[in-house]
Amino acid sequence: MAFITCRDAAFAYEGKTAVSGLNFEVNQGDYLCIVGENGSGKSTLVKGLLRLMRPQSGEVLTGDGLDSREIGYLPQQTAAQKDFPASAFEVVLSGRLASRGLLPFYSREDRKIALQNIERLGISDLKSRCYRELSGGQQQRVLLARALCATQKLLLLDEPVAGLDPLVTQEMYRIINELCREEGLTVVMVSHDIQSAVKYASHILHLQNAQVFFGKTADYLLSDAGRTFTGGKANA
Amino acid sequence: MLNILSEMFSYTFLVRAVIVGLLVSLCSSLLGVSLVLKRYSMIGDGLSHVGFGALAVATAMNAAPLTISIPVVVIAAFLLLRISESSKIKGDAAIAIISTSSLALGVVVISQTTGMNTDVCNYMFGSILVMSKGDVKLSIVLAAAVLALFILFYNKIFAVTFDESFSRATGVKTSAYNMLLALLTAITIVLGMRMMGALLISSLVIFPALTSMRVCKRFFSVTVCSATVSVVCFFVGVVLSYIYETPTGASVVVVNIAAFLLFWLFGASRTLFRAKSANAVTEDEQ
Ligand SMILES: Nc1ncnc2c1ncn2[C@@H]1O[C@H](COP(=O)(O)OP(=O)(O)O)[C@@H](O)[C@H]1O
Ligand SMILES: [Mg+2]
Repeated sequence: MAFITCRDAAFAYEGKTAVSGLNFEVNQGDYLCIVGENGSGKSTLVKGLLRLMRPQSGEVLTGDGLDSREIGYLPQQTAAQKDFPASAFEVVLSGRLASRGLLPFYSREDRKIALQNIERLGISDLKSRCYRELSGGQQQRVLLARALCATQKLLLLDEPVAGLDPLVTQEMYRIINELCREEGLTVVMVSHDIQSAVKYASHILHLQNAQVFFGKTADYLLSDAGRTFTGGKANA
Repeated sequence: MLNILSEMFSYTFLVRAVIVGLLVSLCSSLLGVSLVLKRYSMIGDGLSHVGFGALAVATAMNAAPLTISIPVVVIAAFLLLRISESSKIKGDAAIAIISTSSLALGVVVISQTTGMNTDVCNYMFGSILVMSKGDVKLSIVLAAAVLALFILFYNKIFAVTFDESFSRATGVKTSAYNMLLALLTAITIVLGMRMMGALLISSLVIFPALTSMRVCKRFFSVTVCSATVSVVCFFVGVVLSYIYETPTGASVVVVNIAAFLLFWLFGASRTLFRAKSANAVTEDEQ
């Protein structure tokens, strides 16, 4: 059994299907990139994987010892968060919330884990800075540290590099790649940067309001969908 | 100064009013931080108008005002929350409709029973003379409950306020915490409404949070600062209203405005100063 299995799943908003025909698996250690144009249903699928939306038909299963709450999530940022008065540490620590259950306060262990993840992402010096005063790249690292506080198994990232400058983008990709290759985390990432997707990912899921392709990255580059979408550039 | 204070507190009705007012200021400022950040400020305003209608009806029925208006406002709170969460109806318009309807209903009921007299004015703008002994007891109990729940759920309220979808994804029951927030707000608003007035009570929710956000950078310090500002402003407002014989609710709001401007100036000048010194540093390096 895989971490995540989608069987003929479709998701809809108020009866209108946004994405359908989803058949894929995510296994431990995979690095899956979900690609597709704007409005092709990538974020919708992410919401479905997080159980924020119920499938209209078909099913989404989690298995292999993965509880659906053990998914670390990096959302597409909302405007409200951008001017939120909170320290980076407060934000990272809030990733431990789910593990608290009904207990009201964080334990020393929770604080330690938060600090470890802050260190892991190299943002120790930002720890007590105000979240809204950080740069876009720094904010993304803080949110990534928070996601790591929630999981040791699977990271789900929705356009983690949107709005970042090229240098910071590459740095972000490097960090995510490291977490996957060296620390064994499974990564599912939405991206519309196809070049980087095929460079790092082990698997590609291509959406066009329906599943167009799912499989190994190498096979994707040879497929029709892959060739059109990458414009053949990735082969060079 | 001390003379005035001891003179003030020789009146039992004033002591009662100050006790209730301080508790309400504390609760409203704590909840306000979350409400303002979640863009729910309008809910507070809507609730106070619903409270006005409920109070008017309670008076007409000769019923105890709090026992009627608390459940009514709590129900309204859940309704308003639903409305502002659902994307189908325009949230702010729906809230405006509910609050003006309750206001109109309240005025009609009052005019039919006691006539448009000082009662209406008291409901709208508050009166310090209205607290009975029973009200004080109930207020203390409810305020203590609001405080306890806020402290127990502080971490969850932070997470849900900061990022609802992340919290929901990691298994936090966010709608339950939104409901909790609405419930606590409803209770707080009803408790403070008769003293501060239906038109003014929501300022106790909004001002302290906005004021402390001018200066504080952490959620925890915003919360603590907001509580402190609110309590101090209330006390200063009551004392000033006693000295200058101005209406209590309005005086408290005026003091809150002054505090806001003060914090805003301080925050702005600090940012300016920082920017200047940062420039100076880079110039030094060159
Ligand atoms: N909250 C929503 N309500 C209704 N339709 C939505 C909502 N969010 C997205 N959609 C629709 O679903 C489709 C897929 O959107 P989305 O998953 O956000 O695309 P992507 O993330 O790939 O850009 C789009 O056609 C969009 O208009
Ligand atoms: Mg999207």
